[in-house]
This record gives sequence, structure tokens and C-alpha cells, in this order.
Amino acid sequence: MAHTIEERAPAPAPAGPLSLHGLSVEGVNQCVHCGLCLASCPTFAELGTEMDSPRGRIFLIKSLAEGRVALTEGTARHLSLCLDCRACETVCPAGVPYGRLIEAAKAAIERERPGGPGRRAFRWLNFGLLLGHPRLLALAAASLRLYQASGLQSLVRASGLVRLLPGTLPAWEALLPAMPAAAGRVPLPPLHPAEGARRARVALLAGCVQSVVFGAHNRATARVLAKNGYEVVVPASQGCCGALNAHGGDHARALEMARRTIAAFEGARAEAVVVNTSGCGAHMKAYGHLLGGDPAWAARARRFAASVRDVAELLAQAPLRGPLAPVPMTVTYHDPCHVVHGQKIRDEPRRLLAQIPELTVVDLAESDWCCGSAGLYNLTEPEMAGRLLRRKVGHVLATGAEAVVTANPGCILQIQQGLAAHGAPVRVLHIVEILDRAYHA
Amino acid sequence: MYNPATMAALTATRKRELRRALEAIVGAPGVLSDPDELLVYESDGLTLFRALADFVVFPTSAEQVSAVVGLANRERMPFVARGAGTGLSGGCLPAEGGLVLSLMRMNRVLEVDYENHFAVVEPGLVNLHLSWTVGPRGFYYAPDPSSQQACTLGGNIANNSGGPHTLKYGVTTNHVLGLEVVMPDGEIVWLGGRTREASGYDLTGVFVGSEGTFGIATKIVVRILKKPQAVRTVLAVFDQIDQASAAVSAIIARGLVPAAVEMIDQLTIQAVEDAFGCGYPRDAAAALLVELDGLAVGMEAQAARIVEACRDAGAREVRAARDEAERQLLWKGRKSAFGAYGRVSPAYMVMDGVIPRTKLPYVLRRVNEIVAAHGLRVGNVFHAGDGNLHPNILYDPRTPGEEARVVAAGAEIMKLCAEVGGSISGEHGIGLEKSDFMPFIFSAADLALMQRLKNAFNPTGLCNPGKVFPTKKSCVEVGPVAHRPHAIEEKGLAQRF
Ligand SMILES: Cc1cc2nc3c(=O)[nH]c(=O)nc-3n(C[C@H](O)[C@H](O)[C@H](O)COP(=O)(O)OP(=O)(O)OC[C@H]3O[C@@H](n4cnc5c(N)ncnc54)[C@H](O)[C@@H]3O)c2cc1C
Ligand code: SF4
Ligand code: SF4
Repeated sequence: MAHTIEERAPAPAPAGPLSLHGLSVEGVNQCVHCGLCLASCPTFAELGTEMDSPRGRIFLIKSLAEGRVALTEGTARHLSLCLDCRACETVCPAGVPYGRLIEAAKAAIERERPGGPGRRAFRWLNFGLLLGHPRLLALAAASLRLYQASGLQSLVRASGLVRLLPGTLPAWEALLPAMPAAAGRVPLPPLHPAEGARRARVALLAGCVQSVVFGAHNRATARVLAKNGYEVVVPASQGCCGALNAHGGDHARALEMARRTIAAFEGARAEAVVVNTSGCGAHMKAYGHLLGGDPAWAARARRFAASVRDVAELLAQAPLRGPLAPVPMTVTYHDPCHVVHGQKIRDEPRRLLAQIPELTVVDLAESDWCCGSAGLYNLTEPEMAGRLLRRKVGHVLATGAEAVVTANPGCILQIQQGLAAHGAPVRVLHIVEILDRAYHA
Repeated sequence: MYNPATMAALTATRKRELRRALEAIVGAPGVLSDPDELLVYESDGLTLFRALADFVVFPTSAEQVSAVVGLANRERMPFVARGAGTGLSGGCLPAEGGLVLSLMRMNRVLEVDYENHFAVVEPGLVNLHLSWTVGPRGFYYAPDPSSQQACTLGGNIANNSGGPHTLKYGVTTNHVLGLEVVMPDGEIVWLGGRTREASGYDLTGVFVGSEGTFGIATKIVVRILKKPQAVRTVLAVFDQIDQASAAVSAIIARGLVPAAVEMIDQLTIQAVEDAFGCGYPRDAAAALLVELDGLAVGMEAQAARIVEACRDAGAREVRAARDEAERQLLWKGRKSAFGAYGRVSPAYMVMDGVIPRTKLPYVLRRVNEIVAAHGLRVGNVFHAGDGNLHPNILYDPRTPGEEARVVAAGAEIMKLCAEVGGSISGEHGIGLEKSDFMPFIFSAADLALMQRLKNAFNPTGLCNPGKVFPTKKSCVEVGPVAHRPHAIEEKGLAQRF
């Protein structure tokens, strides 16, 4: 609908707290419009348009909730372009709960502007089918592996056929991780005993995408935790935590997945739930808020959320147990958004790296800027994701490091692909991999 | 002279034509005209005022700025430059509609001359990013407004911005050597140059502080300084505000020249501690943050004298920051204070008065009384060393009548500053907010001279109209106290809530 200025008669102040799609956005009133967040926002840095800045988006969300603007194509566009990286939350002195606001807005967009059939099918495939059903995801992984191993992938890429794939698919194709062979995809053993003096029993989130694509990270995580005195259990009944659903605006399914996850982990009788994927960790720490309105689950959700730890966070609680072998390399560290901004974990990984003998860690410019991966963002917004990736790769190359260490599979895939496109022989490692190397060199 | 009353609302056809003409200059992605998008540009850091533009354009070069300005002149449309929109006086608002030129896509560092200590930058560059750029070579850009992580050098130039370190290093104008400016008629000129000694009139000095009414800066030559050899930061904690005020005078009276002396009161401390846990004691009535910088030799002795001055004034605790991390954290608290008011209030209005330092205890007491009399709360965080007050009046825009009380209290505070021999703006500019208070400190003759100077640069009045000068008839009115619809409201370009 065309919007004219006259239509925008001053809205009567809506009674009661502001909400969108039934989710509270009352937090918009904490924003005092100071603008201190502007320069920390990657999309604003790239575009320079304030609708694509945190302050502008908060203002749009507020105006939507107040009925001053309608959820037009344009408004939805600016909100969809948000990475949900939460860099703005880190710098905001007023404590605006930005992550919650944008999730509410995305839920409203999904309901009111679900987009064309292609986009709907994409969402259904990811949110409805694959993420909710680990076995289907495993099957998809196996076919992917076949596609890669059979040489079909090289053929499609080399022949330029890839450019004929519709819409966002070419971006997706490029991002396909090298799928490990079947041996690399076997599930983790359900129990990993602690080595040396036992510190605690912890439960590992194997992750949905994670367990399929990056089984090696999980195994390394379990080994490193065991070396440090943790007994690691891997609850068999766990599924996806629902983070991608929540960030993508699929609120209803996100609630269901949260309940399932809590139930699965309660049985493990562990002192902490350990996570090695940033989005999942940040999301699970927010279960208390997510299920706060559900009397049957609120208390359980709060208890569960309080037990969640990022793997670096847990390991950094005490000095690493030796002996650690030298790893003579120069690396740099990229902060995954949902570790540094979502969970405020900044020093811990650096403190861990500093304990590895002969490892040189050099600073990365804009290390806490989003690489463009952002959940499924690189698939839904390939243009902006590409711009941010080029920015990231530029900074990485400027460090001269041999490897980028980070802490999230999404970032690893994205940065790996960016470096490969550049022909740069720089590897990208999960922090547990480099720790594991120091223990098993 | 351009007369806003005669400017009719744009018809849809005309708007389409203008959009096409603008696109021809800056390209389609460089023009905004969708009302929902324009809405986001209705305010700057002071949400008390709102005004809608017809277009926001994003030039990427001086030539594009010049072409857009030329078009605005032909079409008799007002235009105004906008940086990051962190201004606190409504300076970048399109008070009479027309064009907003956002300079955010002109943000490069064009040249750095480390030998001769200057840098040439574009106006949309973020203040702090300049220091980041030259930092690895041991340099920095001295003026450090508390908004430096976001505000632009173009905005700094326009408002002649200061910051905590203004006490020792001066304000923006002391650091600008030259400017490339697109004049209000579209012509591109250079003011000043690359050295401190330029011949002829000091037009750079005239331009700096002109609040966007003398043209649009498109290149800026600034001085960069060598980082000081040593820095010492002292936190002094007081149980009474008067003691803190007295300490400020005592420090200066002892002939010490700190780089910065900042005061932060209890309400502000609490907001800041909620925000980032910076280490200010929550139960203190006030704290002073005092910084010394310069040569390492003699620094300890100076620091000791500062500590002594604070103790003598009654400080209950005085300590130096242990390391750079603690120092950074204390500054982070100070610099995010305005935003941190969001923890305790949905909105605030920052005042920006300047007073003689010796009047500090009296004025602070009066400020608290005035605000309380209007049934409101106030937080104080300010550049105490140079007597630049920032009372922040907290309010809730959703409560009917509260904005009007804020404006009334604000006017009384400005009167107070004028009465004690001070000024109504230290660094945030006059903009829309304070234009009607200019007669508090300037005579009719003073204002007429300023008006003549403005006319020399901006004879049509199209460049950032409605700012700085008292406005009886035109322009945006202070939202909550005005009762008759303004011309731009009648056009549907702005509205009050
Ligand atoms: C939290 C906070 C703290 C602050 N602390 C301080 C402080 O310590 N000291 C201080 O002085 N100010 C402070 N300010 C005020 C503000 O940040 C400064 O006035 C700053 O210089 C504005 O820069 P900007 O880029 O946001 O400009 P804007 O707000 O976008 O514009 C300000 C003015 O500059 C003009 N302008 C912008 N670019 C140009 C250009 N290229 N050519 C000509 N005119 C131009 C505009 O037309 C407008 O009149 C603070 C603000 C906030 C929100
Ligand atoms: S920093 Fe926080 S309060 Fe300031 S504009 Fe951004 S979101 Fe709003
Ligand atoms: S979450 Fe990230 S992309 Fe979104 S507004 Fe905040 S900083 Fe910008």
C-alpha cells in the first residue's frame, strides 16, 4: 500500500506495553536516541543509511508497535537486513535489549510478510524439516557428501552451472562445507570419562548441524574437557536448540524445541551444559526469557539457562591442566557475535590461547564484527553477507596469520569460503581444535 | 530571500521529478524518499524536536554535494547537512523540509602527513576512527567529545565540539587547519590550508562553529598530535557535591593544568554502574575524574598535588587508576553517561551551559532546585574544569505535560547561566533548541552583526534554515510548548506528539 504522509495521523498512545506479534517490545523505550551504537553496526557501516542502524531499527520497531508505520516491504527489508549480531547491545549504555526486539520484529515479518513461494519453501525445508529432524539432516548430509565426493560438485562449479541455480542458491552452494566421510560423522560416544582429578560432570550439546558437519569439533571438545577433569555426557535424546528458528522469526517452533532440549538435558544430571556453537549457547542462555510466560516451564527454563556454558568460558575458569605441547604458529582470533556480544565472552578465549606454548596471537582489526554468516543470513542476504565477508578477509590477510581461530561453525564455514575465494592459504580452526592439538601433539 | 511560508507542499508529480533529478546526481541507491524511511531521520540525539525531510541524499564526493546544492538552489529547496545525528540541539533537522545531505558515505582518511602532523579527511569520518588510523604511528586527534565513537568530524566542525580534554587542548577550532567547503550556492572553495599560518581572513575560524549554516564541509585538514609520554588518571570521591565543586577550584587555584577535570553526580554514577560496572562508588554524592598527561618527568609530583587538593576539599577517597584497563573503564563510564540515563528514564534533555568556575557550587544548587520545582529529576555529568555544565533533565515523553515542564525548567537554567555571567551553549550548539534563548546573552546589535555574517555566506537562507537565530515566525517550534500549527506541520512535513 502506498504510504502518504497525511495517513500518518498522530497515533493515540497505545494502552499497555508495546508489543509486536504478541511479543513485548517495551524495551524500545529504553533507547534514548543517543546514537552511540551507530558506528558499531556492520550494516550501517556498509550502507550509511540510518534505517539500517540499530537506532533506526529500534525506531522502526517502536513506530510499528505504535502503529505509526505499517510493515511495508521497505520496512521489512531494513529489519531483515539486521544480522542479529548484537554488536549494538555491547555498546549501548542504556541497556536496550536489542536481540529480543529484533526477534519480535522478525516474528511479525514472518507472519505478515512470509514472502514468495521460494522463500517459504526454503524456510520450511530448514526450520520445519531439517533442523527439527536430526535423522533427515543426517540423510541430507549423506547426499551432500555424495554430491561432493562424486565430483559432481566440481563439475557444477566448473561448468558455471552454479550460476543458473535460482536465487540465493549459488551462495548456498558455495558455502557447502566439505562433508566429512561417514567415519567422521559417527555420533559421539555417550560418555567420556574425566582424566586425572575429576572436576565435574558436564553435558555436551552435540548440535544439529554441528554434529553432522563438524563432528570433529565435538570430539575435540570432549577430549579437551576430559583432559581438564570434566566427565562429558552426550544425552542421546537431544535435538536442535531452536536458535535458528528464533532468529528467523519462527517463534512457535522455537518454543517447542526449547522444551525438548531442556527435557533431554535434565536427564543427564550434569552440573553444566557445554556448548561449542555460539548461536546455540547464547540462545540457550536466554531460555529463561523465552519460556518466561509458560508457567509449567519457566522455572525449569531458568534453571537450565543458568547452567549453560560456552566451552571457552568453562575452560577459562581455571588454568589449563598441563602438559601442553608447543604449537609453533601465528594465529589471530575472530570473535563470533553470539559469543562476544550474545554472551559477553571476550577475554576467555584469548586467555586460553595465551597458555599454549609457542603460539603467537596477533590482533585482528574489527575482530568482534560479524563475518556475515549470522545463522542463515549468508543464505538469505548473500549480498550484504558477501560485503562483510570481504571486509573480514581483508582484515585477516592484513594480520599475516597462518590461521584464524574462532569458536563457531558458521563463522568457520563463512571465513573459510572467503579465504578460499581469495586463494589465501590461511586455515580456520575452532578453538577446541587448537587446544586439542596442544594436548595431542 | 527565501520565504518558507510560500513553499508549497510537494505534489506527487513534482516529488517524482525531483527524485529523478537527484538520482541523476547520486544514483538511485543514494536517494531516500519513502516516508517510512524519512521518519527515521526526523530527530538527532535530542528527541524533543522532529521534522521530516522530503529527501535524504547520500553524496560520495564534493562534486556531488555541489551538484545537489545547485539543484536545491534552482528548485528553491532548503537543505541541511547531517553527520551521525548525535547532535543535541536539533542542528541537522530539516526544519523547513527539503533535503538532508547525509555525509556518511564520505568517510575516508585521504592523507596523513606524519612529518607535518596533519591529516586530510572526509567529513563523514567518525571522530574516534581518525585516532585509530593514526594510533599505530603514535598519534591521535585531540578533541574527544563523549560521543566520539559515533559522531563525525563534519558535525564536530559545525558545532565546534569540545570534550573532556578541551581543558588543556582546546576545542575543535584549535585543531582545524583548513576546509574544502561547498558554499550555499554550490561553489566549491578552500578555506585555510595545511599550515597554521594562513594569510588573509581566518575564514576557517569563521566556518568552524557555524552549525551547518555557512555551507557544507567536504574535506577537513586537522592537526594530529603525538600521544603524550605519560598519562595519570585520578578518581576522587565525595560525600557532598559542594566539596567536589570546591576541589575543582582548588586544583586550578594551585596552578595545576590537568588535561581533564570531569564531574559526575550520584544519579549518573548509578546509571553508569548499571550500564558497564565501571568502578564508580554508587553511594558517592559526586566523583571527579582528573587526568594529567604530558612528560613523565614531574608527573608523579603533580598527581600528588591533585590528590592533596581533593583531600583538602574533603574527598573521602582519592585513588589513581592502576592500569590502562582501569583508566579506560573509568572513561567509558564517563563517556557513556548520557546514554546510560536510558537505564533510569525513557528520555532526557541535555542542557549545555557555561559558567565561571567559581560559581559552580551556587549554580549546581540552583539547578537542582529549579528542576525539583518542576517535579522532575536531574543528573549532572560535565566538564567541570572549564565550567561547562550538562544538567540532564530526565522525563517520560508519554506523560502528558512533562515535555512542557522540561522546556520550562531548561529555559530557567539557561537564564541562570546567563545571569552569573556565563553562556547558554558550551559545545552542543544553538541549533533549534536554543535559538530563542540567544537574546539572553546577545544584544540586538550583536545578533544583527551575526546575521550580516550569515548573509555573506548564505544569502538565500536555504542552507540549514531556522537555526541559531531567534525565530518568531518560522521554523520548527519547540514541540511541547507550541500551540499553533507550524507551516511545516500544515504541509505534513512534521508533527507533534
Ligand atoms: C552521548 C553524547 C555525548 C556527547 N558529548 C559531547 C561532548 O562531550 N562534547 C560535544 O561538544 N558534543 C557532545 N555531544 C554532541 C554531538 O555529539 C556533537 O555535537 C557532534 O559534533 C555532532 O556530530 P554529528 O556527526 O552527530 O553531527 P550531526 O548531529 O549530524 O550534525 C550536527 C550539526 O553539524 C552540521 N553538519 C554535519 N556535517 C556537516 C558538514 N560536513 N558540513 C557542515 N555542517 C555539517 C549539521 O547540519 C548540524 O548542524 C554528545 C552527544 C551525545 C549523544
Ligand atoms: S546506543 Fe542504545 S540508547 Fe543509544 S541510540 Fe543506540 S540503542 Fe539507543
Ligand atoms: S544486531 Fe548487528 S546488524 Fe543488527 S542493528 Fe545491531 S549491530 Fe546492527
